[in-house]
Amino acid sequence: MSSLQDVNPTVRSIRATTSLQGLAACVTEEIARGAKKPFQQVIDVSSGDPHRAGMAPMSFVRQVLAACIYPELLKDKSLPLDAIQRAQTLLGACSGGSVGSYSVTPPGIPYILKSVAEFIMRRDGGVNSNPEDIIFSSGSQKALSLVLHLMASGQGETRTGVLTPMPCPHTLPTLLDMSGVTLVPYQLTEERGWAVDLDELHRALKTAQGRCSPRAIYISNPGNPTGHVQDRKSIETVISFAATEGLVLLTEEVYQDSVYGKGRDFISYKRVLSEMGKDYSETVELVSLHSISSACMGECGLRGAYIEVINMEPAVMKYLREMHASSSPPVLSQLALEVMVNPPTPGDPSYKTYSQEILHSLTTLSHNAQRACEFLNVLPGMNCQPAMGGVFLYPRLHLPPQMVEEAQMLGVEADVLYCQRLLEEEGVCLGAGCENGQESPNYHIRLCVLAPPDTLEEMLARLSSFHLRLLDRFP
Amino acid sequence: MGQQPITFLRQVVALCCYPQLLESPSFPEDAKQRAQRILQDCGGQSLGSYSASQGVECIRQHVADYITQRDQGVPSDWNNIYLTTGASDGIMSILKLLVSGQDTCRTGVMIPIPQYPLYSAAISELEAVHINYYLDEDNCWALDIEELQRAYLTAKQHCQPRVLCIINPGNPTGQVQSKKCIEEVLHFAYEENMFVMADEVYQDNVYSSDCQFHSFKKVLYEMGPEYFNNVELVSFHSTSKGYTGECGFRGGYMEVLNMDPQVKVQLIKLLSVRLCPPVAGQAAMDVIVNPPKEHEPSYAQFTKEKSSVLDVLAHKARLTERILNSVPGIKCNPVQGAMYAFPRIFIPPRAIQEAQARSMAPDMLYCLKLLEETGICVVPGSGFGQREGTYHFRMTVLPSPEKLKVLLGKLKDFHLCFLEEYSQEEPQLSRSSQHQHRENSKPDA
Repeated sequence: MSSLQDVNPTVRSIRATTSLQGLAACVTEEIARGAKKPFQQVIDVSSGDPHRAGMAPMSFVRQVLAACIYPELLKDKSLPLDAIQRAQTLLGACSGGSVGSYSVTPPGIPYILKSVAEFIMRRDGGVNSNPEDIIFSSGSQKALSLVLHLMASGQGETRTGVLTPMPCPHTLPTLLDMSGVTLVPYQLTEERGWAVDLDELHRALKTAQGRCSPRAIYISNPGNPTGHVQDRKSIETVISFAATEGLVLLTEEVYQDSVYGKGRDFISYKRVLSEMGKDYSETVELVSLHSISSACMGECGLRGAYIEVINMEPAVMKYLREMHASSSPPVLSQLALEVMVNPPTPGDPSYKTYSQEILHSLTTLSHNAQRACEFLNVLPGMNCQPAMGGVFLYPRLHLPPQMVEEAQMLGVEADVLYCQRLLEEEGVCLGAGCENGQESPNYHIRLCVLAPPDTLEEMLARLSSFHLRLLDRFP
Repeated sequence: MGQQPITFLRQVVALCCYPQLLESPSFPEDAKQRAQRILQDCGGQSLGSYSASQGVECIRQHVADYITQRDQGVPSDWNNIYLTTGASDGIMSILKLLVSGQDTCRTGVMIPIPQYPLYSAAISELEAVHINYYLDEDNCWALDIEELQRAYLTAKQHCQPRVLCIINPGNPTGQVQSKKCIEEVLHFAYEENMFVMADEVYQDNVYSSDCQFHSFKKVLYEMGPEYFNNVELVSFHSTSKGYTGECGFRGGYMEVLNMDPQVKVQLIKLLSVRLCPPVAGQAAMDVIVNPPKEHEPSYAQFTKEKSSVLDVLAHKARLTERILNSVPGIKCNPVQGAMYAFPRIFIPPRAIQEAQARSMAPDMLYCLKLLEETGICVVPGSGFGQREGTYHFRMTVLPSPEKLKVLLGKLKDFHLCFLEEYSQEEPQLSRSSQHQHRENSKPDA
């Protein structure tokens, strides 16, 4: 029988995850089987998964998809006319007029690649976007792993390194491990709302000397999980740094649709790059990522993302485009992407509902973020930076030393222990800061605030109750 | 390719996608019930929520039930079921998991020749060692256990053979392995401690009345507990083949038997990196393993559609085989299953020379010319692997019978021209001048 020694060392090197969500699922199961708990149901807000938290999908998207899946619905009078027309157009773009066919070319359905390119151009005030620079995949992890896979090489001090913000998305560290690259952490500045600091970037790069060979820098904007939204100057700083140090820029911009902070707007890395003059705009290799797991869409389970690749050498680009032929992205998620980038416009029958739903999402998010931030900042031993965008809050925990000791004895990080206890006692599942790459003594928790306000209130009440009890236990 | 989707499957997935349709009178009750059950196990009752990385729980349970029923009672534990993004995701993950070691200890992976190129590509990408074992063309592409052993022994000298891949029914060959053959393979795997990867995505595509699909798991079970409790076996299935042909949904599953618990932990860890398979694809998989039952409203239509697709496929398989075999210089083994014909083609020496001069495989030259002259696109055998000196191409039997007849007619004409074009000793003459030449050189009576 195969044993652990037979397992791929790269797979073995993937760091273990905390399985907090697995635990949450177990607790839910126990309740379903009649177990008595101090709470009626589990509230899981550990992932950027708005639907799980109770938010509804966008009607237009689901109507279009349903009609594409079951074309009998094209005759259904209860569906809005524009949804039907869009479904017809999209079915026409699918091979054989069916969502069941493989996409004709590996990067994606040509009509949709074009739609995405047009979206990018509109978004960026006319900056050109070429459909051939765009590749679809089943989720952003997959998209990133394509690029990382190509970049990963070397051993020891020549091993590819990727500068990674601390904190980073909780799904990123394991992805880097699996791709066989070294995570080179750079700290975001918590006191300044998790801003990027150039000196820190340089410091991080220095630490890599002799350890690995940094070839890329990753950043998410709006930040995941920080909610920080970079201004133009900050973006230019990062681009300039990447240019000077010869790093590929990997920018994850999934929450671009959810900037709510006052006086802050989303501006894409591509746009800023294009406006920095030819020395930058024609040389810096940029990979921008977006997905249907965005705040307003929240279609995480449909698994759809795209990358736009700028200034990559054609020979490399060719590999990227052809490489994932065996893992063509699901057709439905490409259709959802198309609707995301090309939503109903004023005058369309569905426009009113669509814009109401968007507004509802953003208002809920903004209101919840503010409410939760204020609420948590009042709690002793908790400190929360205000967020400007994205779906998370990421408060700092100041934990009693005895709890830290207890965690050490149990062999877990203190923030994980916190989350485990919270789940057991109050049925709330949050994310632990160590999942976002941070190390003790920095303890944080991560919570998705894009949820129905009632759910948020309930969650905050339970969290507060637990937190205060904890502090009481360790005065 | 014109094959119609199965109505019931599309209804269920549409209902899952837009649950407001549960109120609609245009959907049958059994479809609604399936959709509700699936959504119940989805976060927020939405396809848009991440599922657990192994997949939606009730779907995994349905898969296990399906397997148990298919294998006439051989128990299947849903904890051993993993839903995947098409079968490819599962196959890549298992291969990735098992490649280790350096130099002569490097993992060797046995693959059939000819094979579906995902395997050879994955092996190259993972820098594992290819161990090719040739299927027996003269014996309907059967797996020859002696050939398996030969390949194994040869490979053992330069690597550590660990994994044995089998595709049954075969791609591109379409052969359906006999029960005896499968037993021999499993016995071999047991003896040599091999991890068996059984790609069974075409398990619903068996056409020959002489053949029957035997699942590797069932055969293993019937070999007794010593085998059943020890041989490491992963079986793969997908929504892309069978009678549903839902390639675009990217649905699939794998059942993993006898994996060491510590290795299983690593597998789960690896799978969770990609978060979860597309939930819509998982829903499609659910319908395939949980189709309408006899007493249910959709049963009649479902059965009719399923039979229709499979009957037509069987007809097309036979038709293709027959026509190809009527062409001099083409020999096609019976298409027992899957969706392809993989005929052997005779390529004249002059064509081989030209191909060499153009730095391409001879069957690639053939296929290029076929494409240029007829617009028919097939895949050269060199893409799948074949015995040295033999040439093949793979075509699907998916076009409608009418289209197939036209297509095969054109192929036949092309082939005859091709043979003639490259059979001449002298430089190419046009057909009319050849005829003239022959006329002129006839001796006077």
